[in-house]
Amino acid sequence: MGKVRGNSGILQRMGPLVGLILIVFILSMVNSDFLTVSNIFNVLRQVSINALIAYGMTFVILTGGIDLSVGSIIALSSAFAAGMMASGTNSWLAIGIGVLSGTLMGTVNGVVIARGKVAPFIATLATMTIFRGLTLVYTEGKPITGLPDAFGMIGRGYLLEIPMPVIWMLAAFGALYVILKFTSFGRHVFALGGNEEATRLSGINTNRVKILVYSISGLMASLSGIILTSRLNSAQPTAGTSYELDAIAAVVLGGTSLSGGKGWIVGTLIGAMIIGILDNGLNLLNVSSFYQQVVKGGVILLAVLLDRSKKK
Amino acid sequence: MTDLLTMEGIHKSFSGVKVLENVQFSLRQGEVHALMGENGAGKSTLMKILSGIYSKDAGSVQIQGTESAASSPKTAQALGVAIIHQELNMIPDLTISENMFLGREFKWGRTGFINWSKMGAEANNYLQQLGMDLNPDSLVGELSVGQQQMVEIAKALSMHAKILVLDEPTAALTKREIEKLFQLIETLKTQGVGMIYISHRMEEIFQISDRITVLRDGRYIGTKDTNITTMDELVQMMVGREIKERFPKVESKIGEERLRVEGLAQDGKLYDINFNVRVGEILGIAGLMGAGRSELAKALFGVGKYHGKIFVNGKLVTIKGPAEAIKAGLALITEDRKGEGLVTDLSVRENLALPNLRSLSRFGFISHRSEQEFVDDSIRKLKVKVHHSGQEVSSLSGGNQQKVVIGKWLATQPNVLILDEPTRGVDIGAKREIYDLMNQLVQKGVSIIMISSELPEVLGMSDRILVMHEGRITGEFSRGNASQETIMVAATGGKSHG
Repeated sequence: MGKVRGNSGILQRMGPLVGLILIVFILSMVNSDFLTVSNIFNVLRQVSINALIAYGMTFVILTGGIDLSVGSIIALSSAFAAGMMASGTNSWLAIGIGVLSGTLMGTVNGVVIARGKVAPFIATLATMTIFRGLTLVYTEGKPITGLPDAFGMIGRGYLLEIPMPVIWMLAAFGALYVILKFTSFGRHVFALGGNEEATRLSGINTNRVKILVYSISGLMASLSGIILTSRLNSAQPTAGTSYELDAIAAVVLGGTSLSGGKGWIVGTLIGAMIIGILDNGLNLLNVSSFYQQVVKGGVILLAVLLDRSKKK
Repeated sequence: MTDLLTMEGIHKSFSGVKVLENVQFSLRQGEVHALMGENGAGKSTLMKILSGIYSKDAGSVQIQGTESAASSPKTAQALGVAIIHQELNMIPDLTISENMFLGREFKWGRTGFINWSKMGAEANNYLQQLGMDLNPDSLVGELSVGQQQMVEIAKALSMHAKILVLDEPTAALTKREIEKLFQLIETLKTQGVGMIYISHRMEEIFQISDRITVLRDGRYIGTKDTNITTMDELVQMMVGREIKERFPKVESKIGEERLRVEGLAQDGKLYDINFNVRVGEILGIAGLMGAGRSELAKALFGVGKYHGKIFVNGKLVTIKGPAEAIKAGLALITEDRKGEGLVTDLSVRENLALPNLRSLSRFGFISHRSEQEFVDDSIRKLKVKVHHSGQEVSSLSGGNQQKVVIGKWLATQPNVLILDEPTRGVDIGAKREIYDLMNQLVQKGVSIIMISSELPEVLGMSDRILVMHEGRITGEFSRGNASQETIMVAATGGKSHG
């Protein structure tokens, strides 16, 4: 919905946005290079990969689950796509199959969690390892290169001066926003996270909802994998390692509750921006990458603590 | 000889509602004193005051002639009071001796190291005293419920308990375990331990107790010597209040059979259930807590696997889950509003719409207008008091929450409405509105199955009454020939004569 469900206060809803504006303001004051059109597009392009993963993660977390396997899904699905392209398959077909494979990996997660009744943390921890292992088997541990030039358009191209990844990020946002806000499936996601038993007794197939959210997470991860592969012009066997953490951080920074039932996808986009802008700003300020991590972690902790104190 | 325990003039209110009013109770050495009363009569509140969980508003509690100042469970323990709860408080992954001496382990001097051999020997000592042949090193989780209970009693003894409260101790025991427990109680009597025995089971009370005290609506009704009283007298004492015109029952035209259940069973919960409900009929289901009434409601609604046959309008249906139950025309309003009825984080609108999204959506997209119309309509019809439909459902009063739950189900246009404790935690005004609604529904031909622990409600609203006890139907009464007494006898496992 257009608001954080269950949190009625305006401050609560606007917290992440206020934080984002504050960070932008501070960075534009201390560095004149920050608020330039080229740097903004640069930031948005960096944000896009994480934002796409975080959208899917939002669906999962809204149901009270978690998906640790997204990083490995990125690697395996883009390895499939790149492998096919390198051996001469039509690019669009290869992309389609890559994305389909990622979606199916998500479906596997969902089936194990819903039907096997395995805790999401454990189930996706296991598949994270399995998918990474399969990537190494498939690529023999080596990057896949020699991708067609046209494929580079997806991650490196522009449409009306706007970088393609940003277009993908906004298009996916629009589609998922509509699904979450206007469809009965979206409503089921919130209801399931709020009270699984009441939802089930309302005649809703909760297993189906769960399988679908993990499939969406897999779909979004593989889409971001395709963009990443296009930008790097190669599929790396270690691609996406620990990407799940930035995605989870974006969701949480955006005000979605890890216990499910409360949150919004707008917040997730803002959360992803905050993380991306921090990275970019600290780079511009020549802060060493070692300290960057400390700052990033500190911001996440601070945001969550502020959120706690508002809820008493 | 002074009494072991004397409680006099006990008063207790919770936020203005009197729960106990001038209640008295006494216990002698080596006596089993049964405490009886309907659900909500005040038995557990009284015991919680004794054990220091609640503080009393007025009155005196004397243990062996001295005023007890038990202000916490710990001080009550020190005074020799121990409660064996219905749900056992044991840690399954620890051994018997570890559980018995949890928090008071025997140590080597002041070091933190446990003296295992001494702890084992002490545990063994208490187990032997109760004639129990158990190894103190076995894990509690590997014991049967009956054995766990005995370990808990041994633990109470190890804390030198003189007053033992047994709260529904036989609820989960097998027949043989019950016999063993009774032997144990006899042993404890000879050791001078006084026991307060809370149970709904008449036969057991007559078998094991020396005296019986009855509470009703938070008041002391009387104390009888077990060997000179009768079941009938006790039941009368327990339910003695008059039924006033609180129930606006209207006669409806009862038609053909709507739902029939044959040989319904669920492992360990329900056994050989047979009944039917007709068009326009209110079927009341009475029974005590844990009698299997809610389990029956859920089984009909497709929660868990069942054996047996369910017919709706004469046709055999297979109900594998709530979705199929809804399709068959059933609706279930559960007793646990917060746990199973509502998604408390969501708004009134979203809760009302939840089971009806299919009819409010086109191609998976919710039609905002139909949803709003439907929600406004439900709120108006059910007189739900809200500021606006986007309000969080958790901010409503109990009665209004219940109306939301009922509203979300009415829109599915059920043929059979199952209401599990429809008026629990609901104020009198809202209760009346719920009864009126039930009347309107049966007049439209809906069949209602109403589960309730409030006997006056069951008697006041039902056309026919089933009584359950331990997962079975133990009585069936038509509206004319049911009384609180006959229902109570069937609900406590006695013979029914309807």
